[in-house]
Amino acid sequence: MTVQAAATEFTDGSAQMTAADGAGPAPVRIVVAYGFWIFLLSDIIMFSALFATYAVLSGRTAGGPGPHELFELRNVAIETLCLLFSSYTCGLGLLAVEQRRMQYFYVAFGVTFALGLSFLGLELAEFSRMIAAGAGPSRSAFLSAFFSLVGLHGVHITVGLIWIVFITAQVAVRGPLDFVLRRLRCFSLFWHALDIIWVALLSLVYLMGAR
Amino acid sequence: MGKLSWSAIPFGQPIPMAASLFVVIAIMSTLSLVTFKGWWPYLWREWLTSVDHKRIGVMYVLLALVLLLRGFIDAIMMRSQLAIAAGGAPGYLAPEHYDQIFSAHGTIMIFFMAMPFMVGLMNFVVPLQLGVRDVAFPVLNAVSFWLTASGALLVNISLLVGEFARTGWLAYPPLSELQFSPGVGVDYYLWALEIAGVGTLLAGINLVTTILKVRAPGMLYMRMPVFCWTALASNLLIVAAFPILTATLGMLLLDRYVGMHFFTNDGGGNAMLYFNLIWAWGHPEVYILILPAFGVFTEVISTFAGKPIFGYRSMVLATMAIFILSFMVWLHHFFTMGAGANVNAFFGLTTMIIAVPTGVKIFNWLFTLFQGRIRFEVPLMWALGFMVTFVIGGMSGVLLAVPPADFVLHNSLFLVAHFHNVIIGGVLFGAMAGYNFWFPKAFGFTLDRRLGLVSFWCWLIGFYLAFIPLYILGLFGMTRRMQHYADTSWQPYLIVAEVGAIVILCGIITTILQLVVSIRSRASRRDLTGDPWNGRTLEWSTTSPPPAYNFAALPRVESLDAFWDMKRKGRLGPLDRYESIEMPTNSANGFITAFFAVIMGFALIWHIWWMAILGFVCAVLTLFAFGWSVRTEETISGEQLALAERARQRTVEPT
Repeated sequence: MTVQAAATEFTDGSAQMTAADGAGPAPVRIVVAYGFWIFLLSDIIMFSALFATYAVLSGRTAGGPGPHELFELRNVAIETLCLLFSSYTCGLGLLAVEQRRMQYFYVAFGVTFALGLSFLGLELAEFSRMIAAGAGPSRSAFLSAFFSLVGLHGVHITVGLIWIVFITAQVAVRGPLDFVLRRLRCFSLFWHALDIIWVALLSLVYLMGAR
Repeated sequence: MGKLSWSAIPFGQPIPMAASLFVVIAIMSTLSLVTFKGWWPYLWREWLTSVDHKRIGVMYVLLALVLLLRGFIDAIMMRSQLAIAAGGAPGYLAPEHYDQIFSAHGTIMIFFMAMPFMVGLMNFVVPLQLGVRDVAFPVLNAVSFWLTASGALLVNISLLVGEFARTGWLAYPPLSELQFSPGVGVDYYLWALEIAGVGTLLAGINLVTTILKVRAPGMLYMRMPVFCWTALASNLLIVAAFPILTATLGMLLLDRYVGMHFFTNDGGGNAMLYFNLIWAWGHPEVYILILPAFGVFTEVISTFAGKPIFGYRSMVLATMAIFILSFMVWLHHFFTMGAGANVNAFFGLTTMIIAVPTGVKIFNWLFTLFQGRIRFEVPLMWALGFMVTFVIGGMSGVLLAVPPADFVLHNSLFLVAHFHNVIIGGVLFGAMAGYNFWFPKAFGFTLDRRLGLVSFWCWLIGFYLAFIPLYILGLFGMTRRMQHYADTSWQPYLIVAEVGAIVILCGIITTILQLVVSIRSRASRRDLTGDPWNGRTLEWSTTSPPPAYNFAALPRVESLDAFWDMKRKGRLGPLDRYESIEMPTNSANGFITAFFAVIMGFALIWHIWWMAILGFVCAVLTLFAFGWSVRTEETISGEQLALAERARQRTVEPT
């Protein structure tokens, strides 16, 4: 290819891009997903404020128990597996609904719900064990930060579980219509984002704390 | 009923009682007037349930103007107190009352005056300038507005029921912790801001998505009006900063409600953590407010100089540079924390660097005016007043950015004078410029020019009289938030400041007068062309007020200053045929959600747990109803559009 030809191709390419960019309002599918992404980013920023707080306060135990005395990594490993697998089944469910294989969708979302619920159960068990041992959120600044950060993620999981029921009911009642699928994709984005946050939680809170 | 009892109403204190009675009477008489005249169906249909970005924008600005009055009454009460409380004189406001007034003044002016004003202008103008029919999520837009209004309502309920915070507008711990502020004042502050903050965040997400994904054909990034760029930067900042506010205030709530130890003195808490977090939101917040104002000035100056903006690319670049830098300066709000010389030097330097893009903008505006055909209309006067005033405020800011100077001036009236200089001289002047500039677009008639000029001069002169003395007093060593002072040599300056506040009061009264006079004489000041200022951008290419759908056919944008370009090329006539369009129908979701949010917030403030749960459950059910519903749209046919467009053409060119 000569330099001339390459230059022409470059110009053509950029002209195409310009046309796409100036083509008018994006379709609803794109706008909804894009807006929801922006929301998720803002949610991640809220978490990052709590992560920063945890980083500052993690050593401030006020004479109370510290991370390595409280965290049980076996429990956390099971929680992690539950959550990661639930994201996988959520993805499978989305693939199923896009191919209109509704039985598979219901099974996949049923499994997603069960895995999410197990995660939440394990987390609540961990919380109640800690509170019973006198390491509740008002014991020290470290524990305030710990319970708030992990608890906020737990609240998000709870919202996600309610959302699974709600969106599955919509799919069941209305069928896989366009606007139902848009909402379904938003849920899926939300559920995956919770995984990202959990990975950060696992590394920064549990793995670094249990050293 | 939790902590709520009759003792919550301050029967023994005449000033709050009179003030709240006035508010109650004003609200009651408005409500009964609406009921008596039978306006409820109209209000409900056209405003309360509207999802039209223009209506919502107008309601935001109306909210801002009403709360400007409330915030200003607080201000003039403080100035009057300080004009008399010299030497041994106690003044007329008790310390615990004075503390509530300065806290309420700051909270209201930033969160419920400046924010709604700017969000309202952006809501109204941005979709019109982008050449589209609405924001990306119209129903969400209504939710955002009504949540902001809920926060404002909660702050004003505190006037009558209970008390407001005595902690200053940012509620620093440990003072704002339960141990030192056991009353409901801080809770009012926290819940009002949590609720309004969610509204603002949703508005930010909405406008970012709109600007990035919903633009007219041909509206490339580098063809967007500067106001859209500044709105983009401002809303990106909202998305990036408001979650920090929500989290920070949430932690303080956890400290107060369930005994956690984030910011307490005991249990390992760290109050300076709050300072860092709140200013990690707070400094971007300053730019959330000022960037749209910069955008307004750009549109106004370019229109009234009759020239395209000088240095469009550098304007965009400067805006985005400020957007990035605004996250790197937060520590200059507390150099005295003791982070050390190196940290302070870093933040001092970044603060000075942020003055560079701002300076670029000032020069661009000057060069736009240079050799322009300048028309001294009211919006341009506000812009000129801004340029002079803001430069002074900016210079005092650069002075404060020098850490050693800041150690001397920290917490003094010099600081108070500085931030009023940039917020009044920047944000408020910008809001007033935008109000005068776009009013004809919103209502179809112009505002009275003479009264507009009187209002401008009152504000400008009043501002200098009120705040230059505070600069001097700050250098003398007078600290902020004092209810009385021993040094009588300060009194003359404070009397001058009081006179300044009275001159500003005249400016506010003239603004109201301007509105009333203009409405009464609207028949003679109709804007039939839709383009009263010979404008350059797309909002002027449609009727005033624009139809619900804004544009019968989406405009095709071929250059910067798209409407100017169309006028030059003579491409204004109606098309032969129009495509039918679909517009979203009304939704009561926003109003109902906000109603339950107020109930929940009020109940949480007063520890009325059953009511809080009720409000929360009802708000969630409203959300479920929204999530379950099928969005309805009404179709406007191509024939209807063609008829409307031909009728419009006849009014534009009455041949």
